[in-house]
Amino acid sequence: MAKYLLLKHYRGAPAAVNDVAMDQWTPEELSAHVQYMEDFAARLEATGELVDHQALSPEGTFVRYDGEGRPPVTDGPFAETKDLIAGWMVIDVETHERALELAGELSAAPGAGGKPIHEWLEVRPFLAACSTITE
Amino acid sequence: MVDEALLRSLTPTVIGTLVRRGADFAAAEDAVQDALIEAVRVWPEDLPQDPRGWLVTVAWRKFLDAARADKSRRNREVRVEGEPVAGPAEVVDDTLQLYFLCAHPSLTPASAVALTLRAVGGLTTRQIAQAYLVPEATMAQRISRAKRTVSGVRFNQPGDIATVLRVLYLVFNEGYSGDVDLAAEAIRLTRQLATKTHHEEVAGLLALMLLHHARHAARTARDGSLVPLAEQDRSLWNTRLIAEGVDVLQAALARDRLGEFQAQAAIAALHADARTAEETDWVQIVEWYDELVRLTDSPVARLNRAVAVGEADGPRAGLAALAGLDPALLRYTAVAAYLHERDGDPVTAARLYAEAARSAPSLLERDHLMRQAARLNARLRD
Repeated sequence: MAKYLLLKHYRGAPAAVNDVAMDQWTPEELSAHVQYMEDFAARLEATGELVDHQALSPEGTFVRYDGEGRPPVTDGPFAETKDLIAGWMVIDVETHERALELAGELSAAPGAGGKPIHEWLEVRPFLAACSTITE
Repeated sequence: MVDEALLRSLTPTVIGTLVRRGADFAAAEDAVQDALIEAVRVWPEDLPQDPRGWLVTVAWRKFLDAARADKSRRNREVRVEGEPVAGPAEVVDDTLQLYFLCAHPSLTPASAVALTLRAVGGLTTRQIAQAYLVPEATMAQRISRAKRTVSGVRFNQPGDIATVLRVLYLVFNEGYSGDVDLAAEAIRLTRQLATKTHHEEVAGLLALMLLHHARHAARTARDGSLVPLAEQDRSLWNTRLIAEGVDVLQAALARDRLGEFQAQAAIAALHADARTAEETDWVQIVEWYDELVRLTDSPVARLNRAVAVGEADGPRAGLAALAGLDPALLRYTAVAAYLHERDGDPVTAARLYAEAARSAPSLLERDHLMRQAARLNARLRD
């Protein structure tokens, strides 16, 4: 088994096929979308492939160390141009193909008009713990 | 304290007894888990004279309770009726059958691993979940799906030892994350298997595990970084495990039915035999890799063989052995980097080490490879 991070972007990914801003959807379309995401997670838990999933607020702040005894420097929020993560899901699956398959299904979540969003999701493999026999 | 090793070693035979009495495997396995939990609670106060008999009795009661609850819930006939016959539990050892069932070819490797650790190893779902860094609910589902998958398999059907060995190998290779030492658990399960069957590859795998586990303490530095074989402090190697591994291997090899695990163990034994890295008998190691390549035709074996050829016949020969392999192979670039450095080409080696670090499958390896690149680049700047 290998773990993968599925990343969903607010910004920074190529445009989705069904690219309509969420605030332009009908309430029913929003509910259908949320339901799809919940069902998807429940299904992965049932197949023993779900590790965790979270949504993130779009309000992020950059922080860095600014020297001994000084408070950290903060910056942001940033202009519309930068990459912004909306949420993530960690899955534990048998193969890379399976990770892509699941990301494909997640990308089919319904959006405006009840049609799949076809949004671009980023699939990133975890670096594994070191296997015992590698020498 | 409960003797957890005793408790867990009894798990498979107790499951087997329940199955022989008519319980289906999934229900028997659940009942035995419940009985194990009860044993952990009760035994510290009152250790039974006959732990196995105690577990059978309690597990059978748990099974009947569950079957009755199930019956009243679904209002239909339960397959098993009544209490068990009194008297000592019949001692038929079904442990081997359980290994086969839990490694059944219809299971995915990860499901087979999880089921083996629970039903043969007697680990709890929580322990298995922690070891594989997934939530307990996810692991519980993985196990119950696995049980459903094998529900139609006849318990006494002869299985394939090769699938069992692959599962145990996977458990061993997972290493040391979580509070369950999976390498030690894999050794325990393989050792137990070796008492149930005289298959030489079981002995081969056991020897391989013992010989690798013997080097465990030397494999990581104090800061957690990887120490390559050549640089390991050999005084940290566990000589008792090495001696046992070599004995097990020699007995297996004497039967003259070579297999891939015996060949791998033979290579590990040759490393273990060298008091210093310089004393390593690379010529013999290359010969064993030739056997391994013949037995498995595996690209990984060919890659490792190229390293051994590099040591036995010089880096040019190693690079020549590498030339025929697919560069997309995992660790190909790392091996190429190593051989180029040995060949006196630090510029190429540094570049390849950095490239290998970017595609390393694990954090420890990535850090190790990046350090090699950094070491060479620093030397090149001087």
